Amino acid sequence: MSVADQAPRFTSPVEQRMWSERIPVPWWIFGLILLLLPVVANNFWLFQIMGWTFILGMIGLSLMFLAGYGGMVSLLQMSIAGMAGYMVAILGPSGAANVSLGLSWWIVIPAAFLIAALFATICGALAVRTDGIYTIMITLAIAAAFFYFTRQNYSIFNGYSGFNLVLPPKLFGVNWRAPVPFYYLTLACAVLCYGAVVYLARAPFGLALQGVRDNPRRMAALGFNVTAHRVAAYALTSVFASAGGILLVWQNAQIAPGTIGVSSAIDVLVVAVVGGIRRPLGPFIGAFIYVLLQVFSTDILGFFGFAADRFKLIIGIGFLAIVLFSPDGVLGLWDRWRAGVAARKAAATGGGA
Amino acid sequence: MDNFIKRYPLWSLIFILLAIAFLYLVLAPWPPELVATWGRKQIFLNALLGGITLGALYFLVAAGFTLIFGLMRVVNLAHGSLFLIGGYLGYEVATASGSWLLAFPIVFIVVGLIGLLMQFFIFSKMEGEELRQTLVSIGLSIVFADLMLWWWGGQSYSILAPQFLQGPMELPLVSNVNDSTGAVTWLRYPSVRVWILVAAIVIGIAMWLVLNRTALGMLIRAGVDDREMLAASGVRIHLVFLAVFGFGAGLAGIAGIIGATFQSLSPGEDTRFLLASLVVVIVGGMGSIVGAALGALIIGVAEQMGFVYAPTYSIVLTFLIMAAVLAFRPQGLLGTRR
Repeated sequence: MSVADQAPRFTSPVEQRMWSERIPVPWWIFGLILLLLPVVANNFWLFQIMGWTFILGMIGLSLMFLAGYGGMVSLLQMSIAGMAGYMVAILGPSGAANVSLGLSWWIVIPAAFLIAALFATICGALAVRTDGIYTIMITLAIAAAFFYFTRQNYSIFNGYSGFNLVLPPKLFGVNWRAPVPFYYLTLACAVLCYGAVVYLARAPFGLALQGVRDNPRRMAALGFNVTAHRVAAYALTSVFASAGGILLVWQNAQIAPGTIGVSSAIDVLVVAVVGGIRRPLGPFIGAFIYVLLQVFSTDILGFFGFAADRFKLIIGIGFLAIVLFSPDGVLGLWDRWRAGVAARKAAATGGGA
Repeated sequence: MDNFIKRYPLWSLIFILLAIAFLYLVLAPWPPELVATWGRKQIFLNALLGGITLGALYFLVAAGFTLIFGLMRVVNLAHGSLFLIGGYLGYEVATASGSWLLAFPIVFIVVGLIGLLMQFFIFSKMEGEELRQTLVSIGLSIVFADLMLWWWGGQSYSILAPQFLQGPMELPLVSNVNDSTGAVTWLRYPSVRVWILVAAIVIGIAMWLVLNRTALGMLIRAGVDDREMLAASGVRIHLVFLAVFGFGAGLAGIAGIIGATFQSLSPGEDTRFLLASLVVVIVGGMGSIVGAALGALIIGVAEQMGFVYAPTYSIVLTFLIMAAVLAFRPQGLLGTRR
């Protein structure tokens, strides 16, 4: 995916049609299914599985943007999400009344986004001083430090027990934690984030970022500030991660250091890589697979005669298999399958076009 | 040394003053005013020695990590798992045979073999694809962690030190001077920790000597500098890679036994020690043995001092050191810019 194939093609006739015609039919069907899902699915599917998928997908999406377009594999995204979630719990009302400030939602939510963005910018500024594998190591170290800090700090982060009873505000008289409203809330946020990433990938900033990924020296010679673009990417993706983090806190109604531990940070990477780290849809697919495995691991493992708590083993082996055999994730498998079918069709019709 | 003093007279003065103050704190009996503000000298010395011995343990884990990274550019994020495997195996061997010392060669060989297999079957297949190797090692660490949890369960294990290493020993450091009688109390410290420190220093010096004074070390250093050129001149570089990977893994396994004797083993220790090695090599500089030793010393002492004098923020202290090093010297204290 070089800069060239991302650039908008102004000469193509596709541009002349209505925007609604430019989206292929399968996407419309997919969108309709997602919109109408509450008609058929039960509350468990809506709240636990789909809600969690969208949340994890959003956090994975922030990693996908950094890794796929910026070339920076960051394990920080869960910490950024956790920072936003913690801010909602600290600034807003929660069960730990001696720590929480109990401010109203229209201060809390923007403040959570801002503080998480600030956190991401500072950590990003540290992380971009290095590149490649060093970035993974440094972001992992920062994520772990943040985890230990929240576990030991009682005056702000309430230490080991964290915060419980963190509920979403009852806006417009709707209980946003009820399954159907929560489903639509997470769906709307996920679609917004997805749209933002698709748009940004073709916007000047996204194109410059991909240029920086492919050849930082040339971009610097062209007058782009490489470091500023990278740090800005961290700040920007913090928005997606924060949205996921805040929704995650509302879904669980609690946040504790365990939510943002090292293994969760790695889970985000697993989700993004399994789905496919090159396209914005990848993290959502990866998240769906991850959540399905997590929720139904008891049944799957029981079927094969293993104890139910071997979930991590399945995830680990699946992740290993994906990384070993299909580095571009499930979406890469899908692409290759389609290319294979097309090749066979071409062979059947005698060499094709 | 002379050059440094000539070029940075102010910094040299500050360093010398700090060193004198440090020596005073360690060697002299503390006057009452100092005791009033900082607590007893024994606490300070214990924290310092605890930090140095913890640094020795960190060095053993991080040395293998930095060696593997320096030569093969593999960030083996399963290094912490090798540490934990070594610890568990050491526990099994030590309890089965009743001999603590016997555990070391067995664990070194077994964990080294695991490392060899990892390099032979997985990492050598994706040479040069750094990101993929890193992801694979993350996957391996997830699998290893769960297998170990399956086999050894969630409880914590610790290995008993052998008879001749149990109990305290007296160190030639003044702990306290009785005002009325003038009798000197010397510092007593667990002898197993002292011997582990000695062993780590011996291993570190041996590694440095092998790397810098032998033909094998020359091969390894040449491989670090220019892998292709070395392969082109007829060296079977894959064998060197295998040997280094096996050695680094075995070292992590041995560190696991020491860690189990020092403290205890439980699920989660693998990430803790992986993280420690990461921070140590980031601070010390990637691929440098001396850097790993320096980084381990700094991180170990900072962690223990923080633990004693500012318990809430000890982790943050380590992190701040790492951030400061990254901000002013991204390649690490003794790292070279590539």
